[in-house]
Amino acid sequence: MKQSSAVKSFINAPYLLWSVLFIIAPMIMVVYYAFTDRNGDWTLANITALGAYSQTFIRSIWYAFVATLICLVLAYPLAYIMSRSSMSKQRTIMMLVMLPMWMNFLIRTYSWITLLANTGIINTLLSKIGIGPLHMINTPGAVILGMIYNFLPYMILPIYSIMSKLDYRLVEAAQDLGCNSFGVLKRVIFPLSLPGVISGITMVFVPSVSTFYISQKLGGGKYLLVGDSIEMQFQSAYNYNLGASLSLVLMVMIIICMIIMNKFADNEEGAMII
Amino acid sequence: MKKALSNFYIALIMIFLYAPMLVMIVLSFNASASTSVMTGFSLKWYGELFNDTTTLAALRNTLVLAVVSSVISIVIGTAAAVGINNIKKKWLQSSILTVTNVPMMNPEIVTGVSLMLLFVFVGKLVGMSDVLGFPTLLIAHVTFNLPYVILSVLPKLRQTDTHLAEAAQDLGCTPVQSFFKVILPNISSGIITGFIMAFTLSLDDFIISYFVSGPKFQTLPIVIFSMTKKKVKPDMYALSTLIFVAVLVLLVLMNIMQVRSEKKEQSKQEL
Repeated sequence: MKQSSAVKSFINAPYLLWSVLFIIAPMIMVVYYAFTDRNGDWTLANITALGAYSQTFIRSIWYAFVATLICLVLAYPLAYIMSRSSMSKQRTIMMLVMLPMWMNFLIRTYSWITLLANTGIINTLLSKIGIGPLHMINTPGAVILGMIYNFLPYMILPIYSIMSKLDYRLVEAAQDLGCNSFGVLKRVIFPLSLPGVISGITMVFVPSVSTFYISQKLGGGKYLLVGDSIEMQFQSAYNYNLGASLSLVLMVMIIICMIIMNKFADNEEGAMII
Repeated sequence: MKKALSNFYIALIMIFLYAPMLVMIVLSFNASASTSVMTGFSLKWYGELFNDTTTLAALRNTLVLAVVSSVISIVIGTAAAVGINNIKKKWLQSSILTVTNVPMMNPEIVTGVSLMLLFVFVGKLVGMSDVLGFPTLLIAHVTFNLPYVILSVLPKLRQTDTHLAEAAQDLGCTPVQSFFKVILPNISSGIITGFIMAFTLSLDDFIISYFVSGPKFQTLPIVIFSMTKKKVKPDMYALSTLIFVAVLVLLVLMNIMQVRSEKKEQSKQEL
């Protein structure tokens, strides 16, 4: 018995060591760098310097919020249609939704420049039917479009996986009891699919709020986001301390968002039981 | 009517998802170096791709890194899942799982930056100025792969009857033997899922790699990034088209295999 418990504690050791060294220690490093200067002395200068970035933070949150909302609006009907389709159709759509995720996102984002440019493909098509040219590239809209395009599958997949397990007898029961289609959606389908919606929202919001490539390419460098500021501090300005304090704020912000989301999910479940 | 409407909606979403890829595929056959106007058909960018030593070296690096990091991840991750599953204290188990979730929950840029700071800090301590290279990339990739391996193995372990391992030990197996003969066959599907996830995540990762890599060892996404800083040549599109075809074939094959195995199950049940 003693021997087996020794084996048991040994088997966990490599991972525990790994997570202390490469999960917990790096987080401590972020805090350490955020509160020190170049020479390693304690300072609050990096934190007070963040005031200049309040615009960037607000813009990041706003763009990510809009992108997440549009993703939800686009993904929800698709997930519903998918879950009501035949098995083979479900599989095909699922495959088509997942395929872009396997492709390099830099190249896919770059291709959008060709589509959105002032003399690009969309404007060429529009001019044939007498509209335009529209100015699309290097606008906030293009940045948000890039976010939606890149992260839409992360919204579709969790909602679909919940919807496909949904018990349709509940929908029939609601209809038998006199619910109209909107009532069924509001009172039965949506509450039951909420866990998928919540994980979809987090899976789209977190990468959107922290992205740095999309805004540089599709926003033409005019609409910098928090991710861009962090990237600049580490890869061109070489001010690791300021970069660390920006990362720290981003991290704390996302933790707060997640706590709120979890609370929201718990409350809804609680309400459902009542 | 309703059906036509829903098909129309699916088509719209698919056009949105595939428009940039269509652009990429068409322009990879462009006769000129333009990435906006199609001037004529040619295969020269495919030829150029196979003569581009930087891209080919980066492709090789990416594959080596993905294989090595996912193998290490499944070894450490499977052991960790077994260990976590054996922990009796609830609070300890849930706090380890919380730490496990951190790399999945954290924005990738924060994971990348935090690991970079650690490497730079340790590098300063030991007096090395250029620590960033293959070892740091490997550590980073294993770190973000591990939670996916653990979370795909753990449910399989929970489904496995612990009495089986105890029975094997009563019948004279050592704990290690009972793990390899009893537990491992039961969780192998979880390990395979974990491996596939780790491998694909590692292949495709840009953000974390970008912060922890140096000029000595560059992966494909990093090379692509430095190319898109300047003007992209259609050979990048040629490469992406090849990857697209490879992924498509792989997914279709997986789909067919899944359908077949489901049909087999069905016919077994009918018998």
